Amino acid sequence: MVARKVFARPVSLKDVATHFCPGCQHGVVHRLVAETLDHFNAAGRTIGVASVGCSVFLYDYFDINVVEAPHGRAPAVATGVKRVHKNSLVFTYQGDGDLAAIGTSEIIHAANRGEGLTVIFVNNTTYGMTGGQMAPTTLPGQRTTTSSAGRNTASDGHPIRMAELLATLDGTAYSARVAVDSPGHVLEAGKAIRRAFGYQVEGRGFAFVEVLTTCPTNWGMDPVAANRRIAAEVIPFFPLGTFVDRSGDER
Amino acid sequence: MLKVVIEEERCKGCALCVDACPAHLIALGSRFNCHGAIPAIIAECDQARCTSCAMCARMCPDAAISIYRELKALQDADSRQ
Ligand SMILES: Cc1ncc(C[n+]2csc(CCOP(=O)(O)OP(=O)(O)O)c2C)c(N)n1
Ligand code: SF4
Ligand code: SF4
Ligand code: SF4
Repeated sequence: MVARKVFARPVSLKDVATHFCPGCQHGVVHRLVAETLDHFNAAGRTIGVASVGCSVFLYDYFDINVVEAPHGRAPAVATGVKRVHKNSLVFTYQGDGDLAAIGTSEIIHAANRGEGLTVIFVNNTTYGMTGGQMAPTTLPGQRTTTSSAGRNTASDGHPIRMAELLATLDGTAYSARVAVDSPGHVLEAGKAIRRAFGYQVEGRGFAFVEVLTTCPTNWGMDPVAANRRIAAEVIPFFPLGTFVDRSGDER
Repeated sequence: MLKVVIEEERCKGCALCVDACPAHLIALGSRFNCHGAIPAIIAECDQARCTSCAMCARMCPDAAISIYRELKALQDADSRQ
């Protein structure tokens, strides 16, 4: 019987084991970004900007050039990289602690300036690397190591919906939120990431994709239960969708 | 023919593939791999029932699953288009 390979590891992803916990969906997002780089045959001219968090080892996993940015500053570092290397594909890959807490200023101004970057924002509703503290994206009532009675919106504020917030800025060409909790959603997420990189390939400006993911370890759940929580609790608060999509003709 | 190949030493035993397979063909095994995880397995006889839909592989955070499809099935699909 002759067989054809219909699904395999993308070549832009190094053939190594990751340090991510079992079931951590950083791995899925890494694969989807690598599939997109394969699609554009762009690994050789791509520069990733890694953030501080569990995804700090981008350079160990992607077969591309990577710059390490100080906590939250990836969009500022990427701005410099892109302005110097105009023909490179430049993306940041940031967690919600990195992008929506310490790096709020950098992301808002990079988007507002309409920098020609692609930003992959991995929202797992917590600070994964440091042991599961409350993030600006932590859901109301969610227990974390710094909100042991659950997030209290009266004292802690409400979770920030970054994809919607950035969509209000004129500099943002594309902003979408996706999830990877089902095979169908993984397909949709891959399309959004490809679109966001396509915007950069075509020089259309700032593109942002928020991906809802699990952190089974800090949620204190097994990976399958954590994955179910995405549809049950996370998507109802962080709706999936495209919040702005300015084609070249409209601009 | 093997349609699903699970790379045992890459698997972390998260069971997301087990949960994703619509035909319930994948299960966690009974012995540990070198990293201390219990890898996912598919029985030889269940390979024939696999539709090569790749739902398991899409959910895998560790890119541990490769999917193959019979060329005949591919040709039939092409001719239907
Ligand atoms: C200036 C500075 N402040 C704080 C820290 C500690 N720190 C490391 S990672 C992190 C948050 C990571 O959370 P997130 O961005 O959500 O990524 P995840 O680990 O969940 O993927 C923090 C606060 C640091 N490394 N540097
Ligand atoms: S702590 Fe959470 S985000 Fe970090 S690798 Fe583990 S599961 Fe993933
Ligand atoms: S390819 Fe589809 S049918 Fe085959 S094992 Fe994976 S999920 Fe099940
Ligand atoms: S999804 Fe991947 S890592 Fe998880 S059990 Fe299946 S093969 Fe192993």
